[in-house]
Amino acid sequence: MTATVSITLTVNGETVRAEVPPRMHLADFLRERLALTGTHIGCEHGVCGACTVRLDGEIVRGCLVLAVQANGMSVETVEGASDSGELQDLQDAFRERNALQCGYCTPGMLLTAQELLAKGGVPDRETIREHMSGNYCRCTGYQAIVDAVETTARNRAAARG
Amino acid sequence: MQPNDAEAAALRHVHKPLPHDSAVKHVQGSAPYVDDLPEPEGTLHVAVGRAPIARARLQELDLKAVRAAPGVVAVLTAADIPGRNDVSPSMGDDPMFVEREILFHAQALFAVVATTREAARRAALLGIAKTTALKPRVTVEDALAADATVLPDYAFGRGDPAAEIERAPHRLGGTFRIGGQEHFYLEGQVALAIPGEDGSVHVQSSTQHPTEVQHVVARVLGLPDAFVTCEVRRMGGAFGGKESQATQWAAIAALAARATGRPCKLRLDRDDDMAMTGKRHDFRVDWQVGFDDEGRIAALDSLFLARCGYSADLSQGVVDRTMFHADSSYFLPAVRIASRRLKTDTVSNTAFRGFGGPQGMLAMERVIDAVAWSLGKDPLDVRRLNFYAAGRDVTPYGMTVEDHATGRRILDELEERSDYRARRAEIAEFNARSTILKRGIALTPVKFGISFTLTRLNQAGALVHVYADGSIHLNHGGTEMGQGLNQKVAQIVADEFGVGLERVRITATSTGKVPNTSPTAASSGSDLNGMAARIAARAIRDRMAAQAASEWGVAPEAIEFRDDRVFVGNDGMSFAELAGRCCAARVPLSEAGHYATPKVAWNRDEGTGRPFFYFAYGAACSEVTIDTMTGEMRLDRVDVLHDVGRSLNPAIDIGQIEGGFVQGLGWLTTEELVYDAEGRLRTHAPSTYKIPVASDVPADFRVHLHQEPNREDTIHRSKAVGEPPLMLANSVFCAIADALHSLAPGKPVPLDAPATPEAILKAVEDLTGGIGF
Repeated sequence: MTATVSITLTVNGETVRAEVPPRMHLADFLRERLALTGTHIGCEHGVCGACTVRLDGEIVRGCLVLAVQANGMSVETVEGASDSGELQDLQDAFRERNALQCGYCTPGMLLTAQELLAKGGVPDRETIREHMSGNYCRCTGYQAIVDAVETTARNRAAARG
Repeated sequence: MQPNDAEAAALRHVHKPLPHDSAVKHVQGSAPYVDDLPEPEGTLHVAVGRAPIARARLQELDLKAVRAAPGVVAVLTAADIPGRNDVSPSMGDDPMFVEREILFHAQALFAVVATTREAARRAALLGIAKTTALKPRVTVEDALAADATVLPDYAFGRGDPAAEIERAPHRLGGTFRIGGQEHFYLEGQVALAIPGEDGSVHVQSSTQHPTEVQHVVARVLGLPDAFVTCEVRRMGGAFGGKESQATQWAAIAALAARATGRPCKLRLDRDDDMAMTGKRHDFRVDWQVGFDDEGRIAALDSLFLARCGYSADLSQGVVDRTMFHADSSYFLPAVRIASRRLKTDTVSNTAFRGFGGPQGMLAMERVIDAVAWSLGKDPLDVRRLNFYAAGRDVTPYGMTVEDHATGRRILDELEERSDYRARRAEIAEFNARSTILKRGIALTPVKFGISFTLTRLNQAGALVHVYADGSIHLNHGGTEMGQGLNQKVAQIVADEFGVGLERVRITATSTGKVPNTSPTAASSGSDLNGMAARIAARAIRDRMAAQAASEWGVAPEAIEFRDDRVFVGNDGMSFAELAGRCCAARVPLSEAGHYATPKVAWNRDEGTGRPFFYFAYGAACSEVTIDTMTGEMRLDRVDVLHDVGRSLNPAIDIGQIEGGFVQGLGWLTTEELVYDAEGRLRTHAPSTYKIPVASDVPADFRVHLHQEPNREDTIHRSKAVGEPPLMLANSVFCAIADALHSLAPGKPVPLDAPATPEAILKAVEDLTGGIGF
């Protein structure tokens, strides 16, 4: 077996030190070592987006980043973004518009949507659809997801005055 | 239509657009799927070794390197199976592991059990299969040439269609090919098996059919069914792909648990999942039609050639359902619907939302288009002319369509809502002046038969307990795959007891609670399980009412359950208090409910009867633009009107319609399965197999419910909604064909499904004799 590598990173605000195999990807590390199972494994090809997490504030595919690459960096998962309350309105909109069915894609969808919403303003629906098009959903047909993102954008813009 | 006042007052959750029961957990990422469950101490991981070739005799399986690989605890082959090497739903033709004959590329040869998933997957690649290769049969034509089938040919019909076609003023015929579809459930196949005492095993499986998982695990392990429990809390999507084809992975995990005495988990890698599990059936359809000057069909003769793969799996029911939907919504006076279930050396095709129905309907819509084009008529006019009507209302299988008026009302309303006629005219003008871009529009109906066509499957069970504190435990035989079944059934039960939804605790489906269940399939989940749960709840409520009546000294009919309380006039007590009193008075507060669908009776040998309790209707109007230089297609606008009876939950139903439509859109436009001449699936990953994403969905997407109470006595007069909306996407395919037809009016459009850009471009070239520049 290959020797493990020591890494130190911040996960949802907490410092984590671990010994990991060099080829272990970040999604497996989060799920198997830290029991953060809200990061889902869909395709392991970097296509479906179910394993989306934030690395130093940028969204990445958890299956395309190795845990060792996250050494010294800050990782945020759906659990962290949920606990901090930053997603609350977006989560409410997803629930109210029924923008989820099986729920497997939902954590990745939320983090991807939040990246767009963080730019501010109210993106038009075409912009939302393009931005979300890297995340697969096999259940909803996306209409409700786009609606929920649009609603959140409007509400945030209104709250900013 | 409005409910009457008494019902409106009594019902508090049913018919309301409540969110999915797990919505809060889903947005937090805290709803556990099988792979998220805490692994028991000592859990081992399983990976499967695959056949390197599609058709061969296995001479020797050299697993020395596999056994020697790091982390490997056990290696399992067919020789290690204590029971039967058979994971089939019924026909005995699906071996769990290859013994002597390799039947398709990537078939399971053996399994590796190791300390980590990584170690198991690496070791699984080290197996060496020495084989004698045979030439694989891959296509419909290969199977026809070999006269190879998995099940006998089957046909039904009436009259003498050959003679009627001959006699008709106009005749047309053709061949149409329809592609298959990969389920691409986001959560792949997965199972966790935990060994128990006396050889028993508890299996957590991502399956639509826990009973079949239980039975197959027992069969493979040589155990009585009672030694195996299968549990399912939720799936990350299924769509039919986890009906019969979840069993193999659960059975392998269970065998590994038996062999090692430790918990064992098997989660398929995505490429393996796509290569090793079956898909929607692809078809070649050969058809001939005779019709009059108006486009009224006199006779149809259709032959459906289904590529079933190496085994029967569910192909009897799937292809039967194709045949049941080969009329789409149209009366066919003389008709023969024939089918062959062809055997190829490829993965065994299986259930997929619509279960063969979509292929039957799409083929018929193509026939209608061909008739209309040949007469220079609008296809919608030909659809209307042939739509089921009074005196023209008996299907090719002898069932009378009693509520065709519902279908017609939907067609009428959607034609108006979508402004079809004006847009048709505007598109004709556009096409007359646009040389490169062409637009098309189509409005197509949906009529989908509801019930399992295997009559015995039309039953369900539920188990309801009321505890002494008034909280309610709800269990039923249906499984939750995202469709909101648990929420709908909870709404029904809460209303029976007149309590708040928070009192009703939804629990995981388990073969230990409700036995001998049918799969959650055929759109039947809420129809069947909702009824069974209501029957159970009502029985408990009646006993509670009797107890309350005796305490108050009134008749049981005077007792009312509402607002979380139990009333006699204005007097009353809390629901919890009555539950406690019932316990004290030794009144049983648990009930197993059972429901069997009435009226259905299908005689397959005679080809006649009533396979369906009722039909669900719908219609969609789609408008597309195609680029004749590139074959690219854009879906500009979609209008949908869909029949849900009186919706149990309009929010969930809208979600089913939007999602079903988009899944159908993928099937017909972007999702293409490619097998090479060696029988290998070349599109076994999302890099080469394209499901719709958010940017593929029409910018203008208008979905409305048609809420007309079901004429049959279904649960709260609702209708099933799981599968029918998928076929709304037939309108997209027909709109693309319509756009192509504008290039050469009057000519048949040479377009097979899926209408990928390549297929559209090829059709342009065929119609125009080359790109022309």
